[in-house]
Amino acid sequence: MKSLWTLYRRELDLAWGRGGGPLLACAFYACVATLLPLAAGPSPERLAAVAPGSAWLALALASLLSLERLFERDYEDGALDLLTLGPAPIEAVAFVKCLAQWTANGLPLAVFAPLAAVALGAPVEVVPLTLACALIGGLGFAFVGGTGAALALGARRGGVLVAVVVLPLFAPPVIFGAGTIEAFAAGLNWTPGFAFLAAYSLAAVALTPLAMGAAVRNALS
Amino acid sequence: MIARVSVENLSVGRGERVLFQGLSFALAAGEAVALIGANGAGKTSLLRAVAGFVRPLHGLVRFEGADGEREPDEARSQGLHLLGHHDGLKPGRTAWEELRFQTLWAGGTEASARAAVEKLQLKPLLDLEIRKLSAGQRRRVSLARLAAAPRPLWLLDEPLAPLDAERRARMGELMAAHLAGGGMILAAVHDPLPVPAKTVEIGAAVA
Repeated sequence: MKSLWTLYRRELDLAWGRGGGPLLACAFYACVATLLPLAAGPSPERLAAVAPGSAWLALALASLLSLERLFERDYEDGALDLLTLGPAPIEAVAFVKCLAQWTANGLPLAVFAPLAAVALGAPVEVVPLTLACALIGGLGFAFVGGTGAALALGARRGGVLVAVVVLPLFAPPVIFGAGTIEAFAAGLNWTPGFAFLAAYSLAAVALTPLAMGAAVRNALS
Repeated sequence: MIARVSVENLSVGRGERVLFQGLSFALAAGEAVALIGANGAGKTSLLRAVAGFVRPLHGLVRFEGADGEREPDEARSQGLHLLGHHDGLKPGRTAWEELRFQTLWAGGTEASARAAVEKLQLKPLLDLEIRKLSAGQRRRVSLARLAAAPRPLWLLDEPLAPLDAERRARMGELMAAHLAGGGMILAAVHDPLPVPAKTVEIGAAVA
């Protein structure tokens, strides 16, 4: 456990270190959210209608940004060998890496998401629910995204490959997340959508480390 | 604790090409083996096969402890250091941060990392970022991990290549101490190892 904590600290340090990954993701998020009124037209009614959906789309895209480096940098410089020969199985290493990815990128983005939604014209009452959805959905994004990153190890132009592999898998959280917020804003029952979103993320947390472990082993052989 | 490693009738290939076949040798506690062979003969692949990364085409690698045979995965994750061309050091972190992490991850302690710093004279480098180190300095930081986290089997790929003469002598002392303590060294080299070693030639059998 202690060594996994050490690994978690290192991953956070790498994510926050030079390059400013999380800040970059937030800036990207802000850019997408700002472009939307220019594309969809500035009328408040129309913007308010698409605000929850577009906030989620931007969230999914921003979560992709730093995924490419998640395993790739350790693969290129040999650190993945070292991590594999450590005290914990590679599945646990993958789990910790994704958890750190979520902490470093998912949390700042989740704080940003309600701001963007409100700025686009969503009612202020949706803020707590948007935050909760973005937190939980971000967990799913990090783990499913990590699977794509592990699968793309060693491929040329891995970043694009990660996006192509991962974006279709992001469909469920985008549907449930945006649906939950829209239902809440319309005064409907929002709990089923929220439950589905949580189920997706928890399933990803439980299952994807196995896939990542297999993908990493394959890449190293 | 691994006390004996045996490579039995091992064949390793990369893609369609067979690098070597029918290789057998054993390594007992306190012994060193120098792997020699032309570039591309498969020295690195053999090291990676012993470390469990490359699956051999035939044959197997067995690890024995004092009390009989050990499960290979367990023996590898607790008992060996692999130090290759890629040292896993992150350019943006300081030498101490990286050495500390690698040591703790491999089962050492912060105190043992500090002791290794003394042994390898790394003190002036500790606060520098890895990107600012020369090739030889980087290699010394990664070699420090071997001394800091005690593991019986060292798999080394050209360990001394970037080091100067004085540092090679010091590394020789470190290797000798490791062997004297019951450790084992399997090293791919072009120059002779600074400790007495058996020589195994790779690739000679396959035309």
